Amino acid sequence: MGKIRTPYLLLLPGFGFLFTFFILPIINLAQTSTQTRVSGGDTGQYEQTLRFTNYLDAFVENKEQFGRSFLYAIIATVLALAIAYPLAYAIAFKAGKYKNLLLVLVVAPFFTSFLLRTIAWKQILGEEGFVVPTLRSLGIISESTTLTSTSFAVVMGMTYNFLPFMTLPLFASIDRIDPRTLEASGDLYANGLTTFRRVTLPLSMPGVVAGTLLTFIPAAGDYVNAAILGNPNTKMLGNVIESRYFKIVDYPTAAALSFTLMAAILILVTLYIRKAGTEELV
Amino acid sequence: MVKASIEARGDLRLTRLTKSYGDFTAVDDLSLTIPKGSFFALLGPSGCGKTTTLRMIAGLEEPTAGSIHLGETDITTTKPYQRPINTVFQNYALFPHLTIFENIAFGLRRRGQKDVKEAVDKVLNLVELPHLAERKPTQLSGGQQQRIALARAIVNRPALLLLDEPLGALDLKLRRQMQIELKWIQKEVGLTFVHVTHDQEEAMTMADTIAVMNEGQIEQMGSPAELYDNPETAYVANFLGQSNLIKGTISGNDGDSLIVDLYGQKIALPKNRSHAIDNSTYAGIRPEKFRISLLETPVHGNVLTGGRIEDVSYIGVSTQYQVEMPWGQELMVFEQNDDGVAPFNKGDAVNISWAPTFTFALRGDEDVTAGSEVEPEDLDEE
Amino acid sequence: MSQKLKDATIPTIPLGARIQRWIGRNLIRIYAVFAFTYLFIPVAYTFAFSFNDSGKSNLIWKGFTLGNWQNPCGAPEVCNALGNSIKIGFLATFFSTILGTMIAFAIGRHKFRGRSTSNLLIFLPMATPEIVMGASLLSLFLVLKINPGFWPTVIAHIVFCISFVVVTVKARIASLDPRLEQAAMDLYANEFETFRRVTLPLVAPGIAGAALLAFSLSFDDFIITNFNSGTLTTFPKFIYVSAARGIPAQANVIGSAMFFLALTIVIVGQLVNRRKVR
Repeated sequence: MGKIRTPYLLLLPGFGFLFTFFILPIINLAQTSTQTRVSGGDTGQYEQTLRFTNYLDAFVENKEQFGRSFLYAIIATVLALAIAYPLAYAIAFKAGKYKNLLLVLVVAPFFTSFLLRTIAWKQILGEEGFVVPTLRSLGIISESTTLTSTSFAVVMGMTYNFLPFMTLPLFASIDRIDPRTLEASGDLYANGLTTFRRVTLPLSMPGVVAGTLLTFIPAAGDYVNAAILGNPNTKMLGNVIESRYFKIVDYPTAAALSFTLMAAILILVTLYIRKAGTEELV
Repeated sequence: MVKASIEARGDLRLTRLTKSYGDFTAVDDLSLTIPKGSFFALLGPSGCGKTTTLRMIAGLEEPTAGSIHLGETDITTTKPYQRPINTVFQNYALFPHLTIFENIAFGLRRRGQKDVKEAVDKVLNLVELPHLAERKPTQLSGGQQQRIALARAIVNRPALLLLDEPLGALDLKLRRQMQIELKWIQKEVGLTFVHVTHDQEEAMTMADTIAVMNEGQIEQMGSPAELYDNPETAYVANFLGQSNLIKGTISGNDGDSLIVDLYGQKIALPKNRSHAIDNSTYAGIRPEKFRISLLETPVHGNVLTGGRIEDVSYIGVSTQYQVEMPWGQELMVFEQNDDGVAPFNKGDAVNISWAPTFTFALRGDEDVTAGSEVEPEDLDEE
Repeated sequence: MSQKLKDATIPTIPLGARIQRWIGRNLIRIYAVFAFTYLFIPVAYTFAFSFNDSGKSNLIWKGFTLGNWQNPCGAPEVCNALGNSIKIGFLATFFSTILGTMIAFAIGRHKFRGRSTSNLLIFLPMATPEIVMGASLLSLFLVLKINPGFWPTVIAHIVFCISFVVVTVKARIASLDPRLEQAAMDLYANEFETFRRVTLPLVAPGIAGAALLAFSLSFDDFIITNFNSGTLTTFPKFIYVSAARGIPAQANVIGSAMFFLALTIVIVGQLVNRRKVR
């Protein structure tokens, strides 16, 4: 009898906590999203009227930021994948006894506050940094071009900040590949590119899926990079939700936007996993 | 260039091949010709350089110096995928994400061959596993995986097939069965097989020619019978089976024979079986070539007297005796149990006799333990 | 035959082929050096500017000083914010590690009905964008008339740390050989003793790693904190707020110090682990 109860007893405190402070808030957020302002009430006073058009209004009003959030997140994810894959491959197959040390180094930048690093990028890419004057003197960018306060800077910041999230699962996957299968591929008349396409990549798909999800989800909801490295025209959905909460105190719209964001992410992620899953992951 | 190398055919010729890793020389100035169509074995303990040699032939390692030719084509620096050479890897290295069919079709598809299905079906029949085509490698037993790895390689009809300890992961019974099958398949498809192994019995069962490797060099090369009956060094004598090596001095000549003095007793051996360079020598006799007899029994050929049986182990088909000689050395003797029971007992005083033609003579400055202390069961991890 | 061949000259590999091969072999290593450079540029920048004799705004290099390191609390609010972050980090780590480890043992060591649902409940917080999590918790606190501040922030941090703890500890439990526990029981240890003497010591590195991860997640969190902390300032929040008018160099000092401290802990931890394994 005791044996059967043990797992439930172990789960109870943690799941009780998660239910109270994760599930309940989400339900509550759903409720808030259909409320309307109490007529004649104070700022921040809302009542439940089941007004589902809140969603439509919120979406129509912010569809630009919506599109931008997903566009930036997708570009940043693709860039991070492109940068992280060779890196993970190098650590898994070429690092020898330094493998663990290099893995620590991938995570190490995390230990400096990510805000400090993002601001460091802002200053490095800014007018006083060394990058812009160098590029200008080389004639690569024109005198009037700036790097900060651009969508380029926002996407670059996101790519940078989520790079370790991409690298670690990729590494875990690539590290499990038996290097002899890659040799076998070469032995069977596949050149480097074909070996990558036919053997390495399919075998590392679990890492690719995990890495892209771990990058895409936080990137789509991010607003810090846009706030620090962007301009008013690079605002993402996160920025809107934040200002609805704190500046405009429009809780229903903020809640509706949050929900739409979550739903959109869930749909995209499901589609993506299903697509990637057809390759029959090992 | 690419086209030329991939269609190269003929004998494989290694010329002064060397591979060093820093200070360590894995393969040391190795020259070797493997004739087209033969079954060739590289035999040696782990770390002797045999796997490195194989990997250089496959193109998976780059030689530090030397050259590799296939027929008239120099393939020393050719990429693995541009060589008409396929490998059966030690742990098979089947692609876990592909079906058995696709594993086998892999090389054919890369070369843009037509009739892939027909070729794959044919080779699956050859290895007698046509029903497994749609399975994944992890669903197969070790023996099945081994055959698929073989099928995946031979379906490409390479000029050369390399086998890297292909049977190492199988249990003894399966290994014996696969040895016979591999030999049969080699005859059937008529390819050149180069087989790397640490298992002397496996090499002797399958290969036409064996090269025994030691510390990056070839110690001796020849047919299994030549190597076993007439080893040139103590290393070969000990690594291939067991040998009794007795210190002696060459004391005279008698026509085609040499007379050797072993602790005061004279024996004869054919001149062409002596590899000694001066008078000092080790006389070598395989344990099963000895005959034991009681003192009163008349005997022919070479005789050593004054033995005493120290230990008797009955092992069914034969009995192994340890016989202590007057000079303190224990000789090993295998006797067939044709009469059912072991005829001698511990403590018996006996003579040991054998035919002079079974004797070989090694250099007197040899290390008699060479090749016997190596642990042949170690998997090659070079 | 072989003797004759040895007299011949050794065929050499052409230089061109050698260079080509060297590049082929090392291209990806060269790439890795660039990638690591990219990862560390802002860290190096932050470290360098912690020595800037900058005054109020640490934007332009004005000269080298050790003053910021000698007086890390020199800028107003920095150390107050840091203290809050550390307190919140410890509390969140403590509770999330306990709760998460219990869940990890339940899922990793027991078969029970609802196990896949449990896995889903663990996965969900990781798949929820931080802003949604932060916003939803805030709206709950508002309904419950709880003012955002210290404890709401701690609670929020526990929520997002638990899942990471579960995943980390579960991986460690999964890598354990179950025969070790069976061997302990075979050698007369009861369930509790087996857990205390065998299971727990073996899982301990996983728990330690999870705690470290939880602390760094909590310490570095901004988005969820921003929603639930009200007027309380944490270290990331302090940086964000002061970003507009320039961050004091003391923030760089603290960021760099945290970097070296964490790096030391991880490397020492790895060395200890390696020695134990041997």
